[in-house]
Amino acid sequence: MSDLIHWTAAELAGHLAAGDVSSVEATRAHLDRIAEVEPDVHAFLHVAGEAAMARAAEIDRLRAAGEAPSPLAGVPVAIKDVLCTADMPSTAASKILEGWIPPYDATPVARLRAAGLIPLGKTNMDEFAMGSSTEYSAYGPTRNPWDLTRIPGGSGGGSAAAVAAFEAPVALGSDTGGSIRQPASVTGSVGVKPTYGGVSRYGAIALASSLDQVGPVSRTVLDAGLIHDVIGGYDPNDATSLKDEWPSMAEAARRGAAQGSLDGVRVGVVKQLNGEGFQEGVRARFAESLERMAAAGAEIVEVEAPHFEYAISAYYLILPAEASSNLAKYDSVRFGLRVDPGRSTTEQVMSVSRERGFGPEVKRRIILGTYALSAGYYDAYYGSAQQVRTLVQRDFTAAFEQADVLVSPSTPTTAFRFGEKVDDPLAMYLNDVTTIPANLAGVPGMSLPIGLAPEDGLPVGLQIMAPAREDARLYRVGATLEALQDAEWGAPLLSRAPELGRPVPVPGFGTEPDGGTR
Amino acid sequence: MPDASAEITVADVQHLAGLARIALEPGEIEHLAGELNQIVDSVRKVQEVATPDVPATSHPLPLVNVLRADEVGAVLTQQQVLSGAPDAFDGRFRVPAILGEEQ
Repeated sequence: MSDLIHWTAAELAGHLAAGDVSSVEATRAHLDRIAEVEPDVHAFLHVAGEAAMARAAEIDRLRAAGEAPSPLAGVPVAIKDVLCTADMPSTAASKILEGWIPPYDATPVARLRAAGLIPLGKTNMDEFAMGSSTEYSAYGPTRNPWDLTRIPGGSGGGSAAAVAAFEAPVALGSDTGGSIRQPASVTGSVGVKPTYGGVSRYGAIALASSLDQVGPVSRTVLDAGLIHDVIGGYDPNDATSLKDEWPSMAEAARRGAAQGSLDGVRVGVVKQLNGEGFQEGVRARFAESLERMAAAGAEIVEVEAPHFEYAISAYYLILPAEASSNLAKYDSVRFGLRVDPGRSTTEQVMSVSRERGFGPEVKRRIILGTYALSAGYYDAYYGSAQQVRTLVQRDFTAAFEQADVLVSPSTPTTAFRFGEKVDDPLAMYLNDVTTIPANLAGVPGMSLPIGLAPEDGLPVGLQIMAPAREDARLYRVGATLEALQDAEWGAPLLSRAPELGRPVPVPGFGTEPDGGTR
Repeated sequence: MPDASAEITVADVQHLAGLARIALEPGEIEHLAGELNQIVDSVRKVQEVATPDVPATSHPLPLVNVLRADEVGAVLTQQQVLSGAPDAFDGRFRVPAILGEEQ
């Protein structure tokens, strides 16, 4: 059953429905795969093991009785550690929450469980979702399945690596400035940040509340749509949750794949994100992707978004400001780490606990946010950033008058090496230049793989953005492009990833896969 | 009003760390002061286009205040609420002394 782990969630659901495979077999196969490749990849902070097997057996019994709770019942799923799970530790990859088991499930998790999906475990991330590489995880980084010496993106590097390494068919992520889309891009997988308010944030450990959005991580556009349909929709427990009736994203994906044509679709290339200054191979694949869409009938237009260049600055004021406020709840009183040096006041214990419990990037952003919000600086920084937010939104509104969807490379470069940017906060922040505008404006965005960069053989992603509430357009256009690529390549991009789980050679001359030339 | 173009000093970071309740080590404070100056120099760019005629946006989609009926809904039990506490006693969170000796 080694094929089993290579099936998409849709394929696996088909086999489960047909009865030629059980959820117990599927769950066991993925747990075995996790055991095999985790020493290399380290995508998981917690593996559900027996709890997953028990739930799988329960779903098999329900299915046998004709009571499968949904078409996806029995399909395993990985969950980013930023989401609360009542039966597994939820740490947001921080020492301050080490071992914490929340008293409730996040809404997206509760909905997956209700639909009968099997949580396999919790995936690694940058601490409190602050980062673009998982190097800021307090529990060690996740490694990119394409090249174990490189970052898997962040903050949701664990979820992206888990699906790319076939440890899970689908996963959940969260995206505040690109934390779903950037990891998808550098691991050759698919990730979607829904419209702000499209998926409940209840039980998602908050980073920046006006930017955070939970979304699907997968290997195919259809699988992302299937998960989106399960987790999306109104939730009274999240005051920013939208009451819209949403169309099925999975249906949009199926329609897009079947259509095979982009006739009448206006694709806008954002001039400010068109790849100037980006890695050569990223630009080459992006240009090729535009040609592919044009050949399929799309009308390619260039659009201007003059304020996008200010988006990253606005983001790194708004995010730290909101984060400094959100993270005030780690006070060593109600949950999480308490370090008591003895003969101390609550306030001193709080300060020492936060010093020990938070990592360097979290401290950096809390202090920056405290500064941006402090008396006398508020208007100059936080206020100005909120004005830029208006300007970015206006740019989107104008651009969507000329185009149905907007596109850009998902990231400026392919996966970089560990250590390259970890001590240079500004360089790290620039990884998100392409993805941040969508968060500021609340519009949905998708990243899907469009090939490998010739110079390093690593995946390149295309970002597609749609107007707020038009998430279905991403799935429709994304699925068409994916189907055209698969037809041309004969197989999905991930089939070209190197095999994992082999003995790791001892580092040294002549033992590296390329003969020791590094 | 403080000067928004002034350099962030070690004393400033010390003050901010106090506000944020993080007992930063002296080495961390010095390091952070340097990094914050670099970051703030960069993000100051927002001021170039934030002219008085541009309204501020706090949330991506326009929202109105959401109120629910004033009824008891599904809530956590006292035991659940205390389950993650570093220290609890008699159904309450237990904390170290609130006031120091000098207070």
